[in-house]
Amino acid sequence: MAKITFIQHNGTEQTVDGQAGMTVMETAVKNMVPGIDADCGGACACATCHVYVEPGWLEKTGPRNPMEEDMLDFAFDVRDESRLSCQIKVSDVLDGLRVRVPEKQF
Amino acid sequence: MSEEVISTDAVIVGAGPCGLFAIFELGLLDIKCHVVDILDRPGGQCAELYPEKPIYDIPALPIVTGSELTHRLLDQAKPFKPEYHFNQMVTELRKLDDGKFELKTDGGIVFHAKVVVIAAGGGSFQPKKPPIPGIDAYEGQSVFYSVKKMEALRGRDILIVGGGDSALDWTLNLQPIANSLTLLHRRDDFRAAPDSVKKMRELVAAGKMQLKLGQVTGLTGDNGVLASAQVKSTDGNFNIAANTMLPFFGLTMKLGPVAEWGLNLHENLVPVDTAKFETSTQGIFAIGDINTYPGKLKLILSGFHEAALMAQEAFHHIHPGERLLFQYTTSSSSLQKKLGVA
Repeated sequence: MAKITFIQHNGTEQTVDGQAGMTVMETAVKNMVPGIDADCGGACACATCHVYVEPGWLEKTGPRNPMEEDMLDFAFDVRDESRLSCQIKVSDVLDGLRVRVPEKQF
Repeated sequence: MSEEVISTDAVIVGAGPCGLFAIFELGLLDIKCHVVDILDRPGGQCAELYPEKPIYDIPALPIVTGSELTHRLLDQAKPFKPEYHFNQMVTELRKLDDGKFELKTDGGIVFHAKVVVIAAGGGSFQPKKPPIPGIDAYEGQSVFYSVKKMEALRGRDILIVGGGDSALDWTLNLQPIANSLTLLHRRDDFRAAPDSVKKMRELVAAGKMQLKLGQVTGLTGDNGVLASAQVKSTDGNFNIAANTMLPFFGLTMKLGPVAEWGLNLHENLVPVDTAKFETSTQGIFAIGDINTYPGKLKLILSGFHEAALMAQEAFHHIHPGERLLFQYTTSSSSLQKKLGVA
């Protein structure tokens, strides 16, 4: 189990329980976190589950995979800390993870 | 643009897996189908979102890609000679006085059909609009998400944004007729076809166009006419002068015109009953991801089941009072004849 905090564009925070093996996107959808559209349902095919990983957590979430890097071309305002949340697997290491949700996925 | 009216038994809106299987189920009952889809090819989400991704929950196919599933369904539907209309969005649907339905597409096709099957999945795929502040003001005059007529862009100073096939294809197509052309992408890597990327780099090397790396953050202009785009990049911010911008950020699903067809809707889905999969309007059916009913699961296999039951009721709607004999394809010579295997 890992606590994951989603920070909305307006600063609102929501902390939910993530289960090991699920993705951060699935955790968001399951808990009805606004702003994670996940049109394609986790196939890394739509770039609508874009998040910004908060400072200090990037090392633990690891780098983007090549497919994700390609798909981020379809996201808006991509930054160094951009990830697609369907490509981050929850594990105990990520307990306390904080990610920021963009104002709009599109 | 054709003014001709196509008369048919059924129009299926959506050529995803459920729409394709509906051709088969309706075909077994001698119901002739025309199929309309907004994409340029069949498969729906299987084609657009995950053509190469494996699907594991299609009965009897332990593993199949979206693209392979689409091809198998096309093969299965082939004996019924469906007619496909791609790159068309059904914009209007209304009931005529004679009980038939009239459908119109944005490409000017008009259908008169006895039944309509809405198999539109998550709605229609439409270009993503980047949330750049104030972009709305430029849409239609300076900002376009698709190119309808290339000639309209002749002599313009064009900024194309993106790194996929659409961005690269339009770069190569428009460069010869543009006054100036700049391609802007967030990184120096492109997911577009390598051959297009090579051609683009040759044009840059020959000084015929520019390639810039960065992301658009704002637009300036006057009265809907774009003057320049503000760009942020890892090496600082800069402006690109352009009177036309074409952003290509892929497609997203929007419910679209379905909402305007007078059907009852629930949270952007079309409620149906689970015996006939009929909407609030008799003769209009909804199958697959776009419908909802108690216990609904958005699975392709559910859509297949829905297509089979829908076809039975569609038959009764087209042939009121006629008895429909239930038959198996394994044993019925009449069904096998229709399938071309008898």
